[in-house]
Amino acid sequence: MMNEQRREFIKKTALGVFAGLGVASGLVPAFSLEKTALPVWDEKPVPGKIRWGMVIDTRQCKEGCQQCVTACHHEHNVPAFKNRKEEIRWIWKNSYKNVFPTATNSAVSKEIQNRSFLSLCNHCADSPCTQICPTGATFKRWDGIVEIDYHRCVGCRFCIPACPYGSLSFNWQDPRTAIVDPVTAYPTREQGVVEKCNFCSDRLVKGLLPACVDACPEQAFTFGDMNDPVSDIRVVLESNVTMQRKPELGTKPSVFYII
Amino acid sequence: MIEKALKGNRSYWIWIVFLVTLVASGLSAYYQQRWFGLTVTGMGREASFGIYTAQLTFLLGVAASAVMVVFSFSLRRQKELAKTVIIALFMAVSAALMSMLFVVADMGKPDRVLNIIFFPNPRSLVFWDLLLLSGYLATSLISGWAMLGAEHKGVPPSAWVTSVMYLSIPLAFGIATISAVLYAGLPGINLWLTAVLAIRFIASALAAGMALLILVTLMLKETTGFDAGKEAREKLAMVATYAGIANVLLLGVQFITTTYSNLPWMWFSLIIGVVSVTILLLPALRKSQLLFVGACTALVLSVWVDKSAGLMIGGELVPAPLGSIVAYAPTSTELFVVVGIWSLGTMLFTALLKVVVAVKVDNEG
Ligand code: SF4
Ligand code: SF4
Repeated sequence: MMNEQRREFIKKTALGVFAGLGVASGLVPAFSLEKTALPVWDEKPVPGKIRWGMVIDTRQCKEGCQQCVTACHHEHNVPAFKNRKEEIRWIWKNSYKNVFPTATNSAVSKEIQNRSFLSLCNHCADSPCTQICPTGATFKRWDGIVEIDYHRCVGCRFCIPACPYGSLSFNWQDPRTAIVDPVTAYPTREQGVVEKCNFCSDRLVKGLLPACVDACPEQAFTFGDMNDPVSDIRVVLESNVTMQRKPELGTKPSVFYII
Repeated sequence: MIEKALKGNRSYWIWIVFLVTLVASGLSAYYQQRWFGLTVTGMGREASFGIYTAQLTFLLGVAASAVMVVFSFSLRRQKELAKTVIIALFMAVSAALMSMLFVVADMGKPDRVLNIIFFPNPRSLVFWDLLLLSGYLATSLISGWAMLGAEHKGVPPSAWVTSVMYLSIPLAFGIATISAVLYAGLPGINLWLTAVLAIRFIASALAAGMALLILVTLMLKETTGFDAGKEAREKLAMVATYAGIANVLLLGVQFITTTYSNLPWMWFSLIIGVVSVTILLLPALRKSQLLFVGACTALVLSVWVDKSAGLMIGGELVPAPLGSIVAYAPTSTELFVVVGIWSLGTMLFTALLKVVVAVKVDNEG
């Protein structure tokens, strides 16, 4: 069963490789790598066919643990500015009150009030950030991931207040001075552009799970294709009561929380 | 015609040199911002908009409101506005140019500004706002300049000039509507999320724009002797008054329904707004030149404070996306850039008005 899952996962993520290489190999489809009949590349990316999603079981999330945050920020060369004004975050720990400010249950237990809740981009199906961006630098991919083109962004920052979750960070100064241990597998950014969680699209193309998911010692995350009725994430979603952040805004987040 | 802007008396040149100095200091501040990044501003993680955006909002309104004069003159045939039309068009040009400069000043990557044209996102209100703004700048400049040219030659403006001028009317309405909807629809900032804000954007723009235009015509009368006419000012004052009343009423509503009442600057805006419309409304008070000028100035100031402190900075004082309160205050670098852009716009407006006055004086004398 798990092997099946894994194979399915690799197959889907490899579509990303195909898409990337297809573009890289030229605009004429006949000459693209599409012809390379590797079994995992036998499908075209159909918009809306796949929708990546994440479930976070907050009961498993341990106080003081920062492994997912560290893994993500290291993997993506996220600068470590300490002052709050210029901080850049892809994923971070937050309080119940800040993550679910509009949740209706009035009396939450002490334990929940003290529990950590991870904040990251929700890869909304109806994403206000992509709608407001004048250049399409923040855009939605065929698999539901909301991605930023760092070379197109003009740094107007309209996307920042457009996002109801504070998911986007702006590079107020050159981020390269504050990258602790740079990696070469992912680009660094320049001063003056926005950035945020990319659902590890860079890892998905390699058939890997997102860095945070991999790094969590408590297996608090479930990641997968929500459109696939037999995927892990569907099983988890169907067998648990979950919450989305500010669902009343109609942004349709792809990140779910088990409380 | 442009050479007329180069012939002026001593005080004209002192004024221009003064503005050039301010533009230069603005440029040097901007150079610092380009080098170090927007870190030199007071903006940050939870106050991503600051004084630049505030100026943009104010100036967008002023630019768009100028079309009211064009509209009343050309479509409603209010002949008493004839001498004011070109002034209004040039005010629109200057305000639109400043708006664009504030957009660019606020950008992290101004060198990529053309991406907005190369890779337009047709779903984006920001894109449409900027597109209409460029169109409006062009139509106002072209029609204003061509009308002045016709006047210079002593012929009526040709048909195409009037068509271009007509085109600026829907563009201005578009700018006002899109900006209003854009600001009122940002879900990250609760305080702005209100339909009242959209209507108030238009009312306050008209009030401030018309009041500013009145002040400009009075200034021209004082310094050059060119008078756009008392009837014209009466007309403008009427629009400013009614728009001002609508604005303070809606602002009052927002004091009741939101947390505006916690912001001292908003109280200041509300109070001077109420005082100025009261003066403008009562003929006994309005008759005094001093009170009239004071009321117009106060009306402009009221709207400017409201945009700066209330809409932008105040909007961010209230729990932003992450639910924590962070105050914003502009740095000196930001203030220098703001003054620099205002000076550049004022310089352009001065030069254009110089040409207007020279042409009118030529024709009359
Ligand atoms: S969470 Fe924010 S940044 Fe992410 S897709 Fe939704 S609106 Fe966009
Ligand atoms: S800051 Fe960049 S990504 Fe955000 S709206 Fe502007 S151009 Fe788009």
